[in-house]
Amino acid sequence: MTCEEFVELVTAFLEGALDEETERDFVAHLAECPGCERYLDQFRITIAELGELPPETLSGDTRDRLLEAFRNFPRA
Amino acid sequence: MLPADDVLVAGLRSGDEATFARLLDSWSASMLRLARSFVSTDASAEEVVQDTWLAVIRGVGGFQGASSLRTWVYRILVNTAKKRGVKEKRTVPWTSLEPDGGPTVDPDRFRGPDDAYPGHWQEFPEPWVLGDEFRHVVARALDELPERQRVVVTLRDVDGHTSDEVCAMLEISAANQRVLLHRGRAAVRAHVEKYLGGAA
Ligand SMILES: [Zn+2]
Repeated sequence: MTCEEFVELVTAFLEGALDEETERDFVAHLAECPGCERYLDQFRITIAELGELPPETLSGDTRDRLLEAFRNFPRA
Repeated sequence: MLPADDVLVAGLRSGDEATFARLLDSWSASMLRLARSFVSTDASAEEVVQDTWLAVIRGVGGFQGASSLRTWVYRILVNTAKKRGVKEKRTVPWTSLEPDGGPTVDPDRFRGPDDAYPGHWQEFPEPWVLGDEFRHVVARALDELPERQRVVVTLRDVDGHTSDEVCAMLEISAANQRVLLHRGRAAVRAHVEKYLGGAA
């Protein structure tokens, strides 16, 4: 496996979606290649940071309107 | 943690306002981001989310439990957002998905075929020294992704949905989902690298 191939398999590896043989090659490459190890680390850091992005929120008006619609919905 | 689906559905059907408020506050943020990928303005996205919740209020009586409640709600959202996007002439062709070809890392970063180690790094990626601006750079990179990649990365990495959930919401295959996710993540990483390189 080359580095150029390695970088295209990172998400599949993280998802556990590689077949057994490819995963073995991937891990063997990782063990020997500091460049790809760093690439994988940076990929992980990026994913972790995406998970920290602040949420957007519904405006207070819309939220109030929806709560009112829920309250007033005719139920049997 | 939210209660199990049957508890939530029972609460919604019986008109329990606390249950509804909880769902509203738990899911609306990610719904807004998802909607924003199909329509052209924040205001439109907010209307899509509002219309979705109204449809949920009306339709929860008929919810069959074939999927999770959340997936059901998000399917309504995607359909509502798509209709709206068509009206705004902003369509995202999810079904006719052509894999965006090409490598996700600049081929010049790797050694050529005549080298003793073809396909290996010319130079390793530089280590990152991350400051306060990292989050901002990542947020901007996410905004700049092509739409389909942005939707998938948002659902998976920002909102924490599973691969199965995202495939169900968007009606795409696991393989397509993974391609979009990988391309999006790689582009965000490359954006950060470029930013750090430019700042150095
Ligand atoms: Zn390598």
